[in-house]
Amino acid sequence: MTLAKATITGAGISRLGRKTGRPAMLHLVEAATEALACAGLTREDIDGITTYPGRTSGSPGMSPLGTGEVRNALGLRTRWHCSTPEGPSQMAPIISAAMAVMCGQARHVLCFRALTESSSQTPERRASIPGAGESRVDGWTSWLVPAHAMSGANWAGWIATRYFHEFGMTRDHLAMVALGQRQFALANPSAVMRKPLSLQEYRDARMISSPLGLFDCDLPIDGACAFIVSAADAAKDCARPPLRIEAMGAGLRSQETWDQRADLTTMGAHDSSADLWQRTDLRPEDVDVLALYDGFSIFVPLWLEALGFCGHGEAKDFIAEGNIGPSGRYPVNTGGGQLSGGRLHGFGLLHEACLQLWGDAAGRQVPEARTAVCGMGGGFIAGAMLLQRN
Amino acid sequence: MRPLPLLTAENREFWTGGAHGKLKICFCNSCERAIHPPQLVCPTCLSLDVGSRAVTGTGTVYSFTVNYQPWYPEMAVPFALAVVDVDGAPGVRVTAQVTDTDPEAVRIGDKVQVGFRQIDDIWLPQWKPVVQGSAT
Repeated sequence: MTLAKATITGAGISRLGRKTGRPAMLHLVEAATEALACAGLTREDIDGITTYPGRTSGSPGMSPLGTGEVRNALGLRTRWHCSTPEGPSQMAPIISAAMAVMCGQARHVLCFRALTESSSQTPERRASIPGAGESRVDGWTSWLVPAHAMSGANWAGWIATRYFHEFGMTRDHLAMVALGQRQFALANPSAVMRKPLSLQEYRDARMISSPLGLFDCDLPIDGACAFIVSAADAAKDCARPPLRIEAMGAGLRSQETWDQRADLTTMGAHDSSADLWQRTDLRPEDVDVLALYDGFSIFVPLWLEALGFCGHGEAKDFIAEGNIGPSGRYPVNTGGGQLSGGRLHGFGLLHEACLQLWGDAAGRQVPEARTAVCGMGGGFIAGAMLLQRN
Repeated sequence: MRPLPLLTAENREFWTGGAHGKLKICFCNSCERAIHPPQLVCPTCLSLDVGSRAVTGTGTVYSFTVNYQPWYPEMAVPFALAVVDVDGAPGVRVTAQVTDTDPEAVRIGDKVQVGFRQIDDIWLPQWKPVVQGSAT
């Protein structure tokens, strides 16, 4: 039996900002309300809810809301709820919601991500530093943090160093990622960084963890983003053309570590991407718009290679040829990405892809965008998805 | 402040081997596979006959990064972090700070040897350049 594919029928995003001081719930209500309106649904239609990673106080402002708080606040009566801290990347709630509607466990699932990392972090407990302020850590972070490899910038830094060493990439190639995305952000009213960025400013910015400088790192922000994932038959009644989730990839063939993968010029992204293409007849050349995880700029070339838009080691030339920026054949992160738009842990990237497929990305619209690919995560963390408007 | 690892049945030998000046890596006694992070079962053959062995404590830098950003107020920067292929333990890398050298002088392919920094009940491995003639 073939199950009818799940769809995305609504997407919403709150006003994003730095040090907004707004409670996470107000961001969430704004995003969820917009997603419902986008889909032409009401609160009563929502019978499922998912998030990543669920409520946690482990890292300041990283996930202040779980499904419980949001169910309570929005008065939801659900048939299915789930949060997925250990799933295939930040995309896990979308993937599990898709499986839930395909199996008939729910009809319309609200998938959300809310963060207050900008307002919540302090010098002692910085955002996205696992174990910051704690005396002991365990799990995969215990092989990094005690060694003073406390930030993702360090872990991505040694991936970049090795990649540069093997393939001759330079910081100026990464600058093309950062500058191209900033150019997109100038046309996106919801992006946080909306001032032009020059190559000189990129080069002059302070180093964070070599070879990654300030503009190679995404920004902690306050905000929320929400999607409605709907069963195919239920999607027919929605306000917009449903975006079919054509395929999902969640493969992971190496250990849950940031340093033991045999070839650190590849990531979990390569495993998830391989899975993705095995589940569809579409090929990379069918893709019109790309949403690739850019917690650090180096992840973009690795995702391009993982998904097969170019060969291993070829991303620097692929980028230099102008493929991924404005007016490129394979535009990446057309809303500015997390580098310029702010860190919504992949949700913002997927939101932008949905806008593109609905033709709603005014000022930066990719002409006749019909198929999008989304890859979330870095290191061993990865999930991939193909979306298509019928 | 620097968080320390929680000691477990799996990792205790690794984090305390430095008390005797030894870098201890987990091996499977059945199939000889080196296992890192250490496990109570061999991921290759599922044998429970696993245990730690001291290795020479030398290795080769596979990759590195120089960290310039203080992630907590009293963190001293810059410093280099090296991802090191460990001699005598195929497939195992140990990531640690590099000491006794200019952080910006670290390169892929550098030969390094282990030292330890004790904090409470933990002996953190640290890498330092191999001094000619001193490696054993």
